[in-house]
Amino acid sequence: MAGDQPGTPENFDEMHFAGGDIRPAYDAYCDWYQEQEPALLKRKNAEADESFRRTGITFNVYGEDEAEERLIPFDMVPRIITAAEWRKLTRGIEQRVSALNAFLYDLYHRQEIVRAGRLPERLLRNNDAWLPNMVGMTPPGGIYTHIVGIDLVRTGPDEFFVLEDNARTPSGVSYMLENRETMMAMFPDLFSKVAVEPVSNYPRRLARSLAACAPPKFDGSSGDKPTVAVLTPGIYNSAYFEHAFLADQMGAELVEGSDLRVVDGRVQMRCTRGFQPVDVLYRRVDDDYLDPLTFEPDSVLGVPGIMDVYRSGGITIANAPGTGVSDDKAIYSFMPEIVEFYTGEKPLLPNVQTWRCADTDSLGYVLDHLEELVVKEVHGSGGYGMLIGPTASKKEIKEFRAKLKADPENYIAQPTLSLSTCPIYTKAGLAPRHVDLRPYVLVSPNGIEITPGGLTRVALKKGSLVVNSSQGGGTKDTWVLKD
Amino acid sequence: MLGRTANGLFWMFRYLERAENTSRLLDAALRMALTRDLERAEEEWRSVIATLGLKQQYEANNDGYDGASVWNFVLRDKANPANVREMFCAVRNNARTARTNLSTQAWEAVNENWMKLDKQLSRPVSQLALGEVLARLRRTGMQVHGAMDGSMLRNEGYHFARAGTFIERAESTARILDMKYYLLLPSLSYVGSSLDSGQWDQVLRSVAGASAYSWLNAGNIDARGIVEFLVLDDRFPRSLAFCRSALRTNLDQLERIHSQPSEANRLMQESESFIAHMTVDEIFEMGLHEFLTQFMARNSAVGQAIADDYRFLA
Repeated sequence: MAGDQPGTPENFDEMHFAGGDIRPAYDAYCDWYQEQEPALLKRKNAEADESFRRTGITFNVYGEDEAEERLIPFDMVPRIITAAEWRKLTRGIEQRVSALNAFLYDLYHRQEIVRAGRLPERLLRNNDAWLPNMVGMTPPGGIYTHIVGIDLVRTGPDEFFVLEDNARTPSGVSYMLENRETMMAMFPDLFSKVAVEPVSNYPRRLARSLAACAPPKFDGSSGDKPTVAVLTPGIYNSAYFEHAFLADQMGAELVEGSDLRVVDGRVQMRCTRGFQPVDVLYRRVDDDYLDPLTFEPDSVLGVPGIMDVYRSGGITIANAPGTGVSDDKAIYSFMPEIVEFYTGEKPLLPNVQTWRCADTDSLGYVLDHLEELVVKEVHGSGGYGMLIGPTASKKEIKEFRAKLKADPENYIAQPTLSLSTCPIYTKAGLAPRHVDLRPYVLVSPNGIEITPGGLTRVALKKGSLVVNSSQGGGTKDTWVLKD
Repeated sequence: MLGRTANGLFWMFRYLERAENTSRLLDAALRMALTRDLERAEEEWRSVIATLGLKQQYEANNDGYDGASVWNFVLRDKANPANVREMFCAVRNNARTARTNLSTQAWEAVNENWMKLDKQLSRPVSQLALGEVLARLRRTGMQVHGAMDGSMLRNEGYHFARAGTFIERAESTARILDMKYYLLLPSLSYVGSSLDSGQWDQVLRSVAGASAYSWLNAGNIDARGIVEFLVLDDRFPRSLAFCRSALRTNLDQLERIHSQPSEANRLMQESESFIAHMTVDEIFEMGLHEFLTQFMARNSAVGQAIADDYRFLA
């Protein structure tokens, strides 16, 4: 194909075999691609940007004085996964998500895993997301994380690893949906040639999944459905577009803290005809701001008294307060043990090898190998506060070494993986870039549902391993092929 | 529907209407200024600022009333917090607030035009660019209303949006009439005397009524004819009578949807009968300024009652 550069032997390219031949997953796509006029592709690529801006799929970035709205760059070459690969991933994700919910339940109840000596108690004490208020409280349906994003990376044909669990508030699902819409609008003929699993039913599934978690005080006797609302911090929040998008697509109300009030033991929203109870709240507001009476007293984003209503069975909060405890990277390093402890099975999806700097031996190894490793803060996210040894300067390594020595418990280290690549469209033709994948998982008492595909994030800079949108990453439509 | 969302829809459409009316005012003044000598042109620009109630702020920041200073002050000057760029920002922010109750077409019409306008208004607007900016402002209004008409569910949200439109439009027409009347006819004795037809032509242009008026009046411009047309003629979509009866329909629908009478509709009916039983002669007898002042007070009371009745604010 014009301008393409087959993957280097050091990393796995998802489109090409090492010799340059096309892998079966991409056969049909590449046939189609080769038939396209280069000028047409170029024009379509420019149009995609315009279409995202018009729709308003932007995220806010705050500079010195004014808020600015930016687009997450979209790449028009799809990332393709075969049906067989996906089936395998699905089993691993299901197992991991079941274990996560069992783990969270246990942490806030008998803490069997700590008693069994499989998880050090200090990991809870040192965990910012740990909520003592949740101890002994069972959320409706026993579910803590209703909406989960499992970040996966790939290094070979069969080698997928979990890089991160997002049990607290996985964002980005609106991009998964809009990327597909954009692709279908840009290249309708492509979808008649390649059979791709749809993703567009995610909002309906989300609505159904949330409605299945109604709290004990919801009275369904009259045949009414539970009222679901999405709680957003407001239009200036960086993910407001997504909050509005999901509420719109679910047919749920999009509420802010100021719309809600505790009335007669229920959380109620101020409607044009008076106050109406909310049964299930999909909140996109952090734990700390959820209830000024229980947490951050100055918060205006939350609802005073909502935690009391929650404890008395008057509302379901998704995801449950305190869920973020499992997103911690020190906890992550124990996930293989956690999966085995709660499911009795070996993990189907492995972790990336992880050194806990809290262990003296590991710390020694990490300090000796900083140039090769990726070092992350245990509570960090978004690609901030981390060191990527192989690309860091001597000065950066020196500074990081000092930080690491001062507070080793705050860090974990991982080998620099040779992440798989997938081609992106550039002016010079297709060029390989590193990718990761975040599939979205829904959990309700009726079971676990995984939307085929997910959000592929791609590092747009050549050779870069950082895919975060806050640091110049883009996204791709992700296809799971039908059998 | 949430009270806050209803508030968002109501104000989205008020600001949209306000931005459109402001652009029409500038357009009419520009036209007048181009056909007048320098001194009279300055008068036109002065009256734009006066009509918009911006005299104090304007004079604190500008030395004279030249066209470019006035239209830039009205369109984009940060010293004027009620500039059109800010109005449009308010349109979009309210649309974002109400996004889940707005059809995709209506939202995209707002967003797409906002992107272009915000960029155009980020720099001083030259005379050459002014026409395009004003045309876009008017077109935006039409596109959004068209999208609403063709794609919005006729639920309460639709009626809050329309209520915002007609409250604002009535206020704007009344204000333009009041200001021009004041400037041209300081005392009743002038009524009926020959008019500065250019000035009245401008009034009609400011409310997009020049052609409609001439269809109905075969070229005769006089104060009676204009007041009849802008206040009492319920065929003209920017007349006070039209805005009343349109608003009445929306408030009736809201009462029906909520199965409950509203204070807003009660005040509305009072206001409607205040106009309905008046003739042009009676209006002049009362004093046009007095009449318009009363009308505007009633109009804003209806707006306030809508906010209270439907729990716009906590």
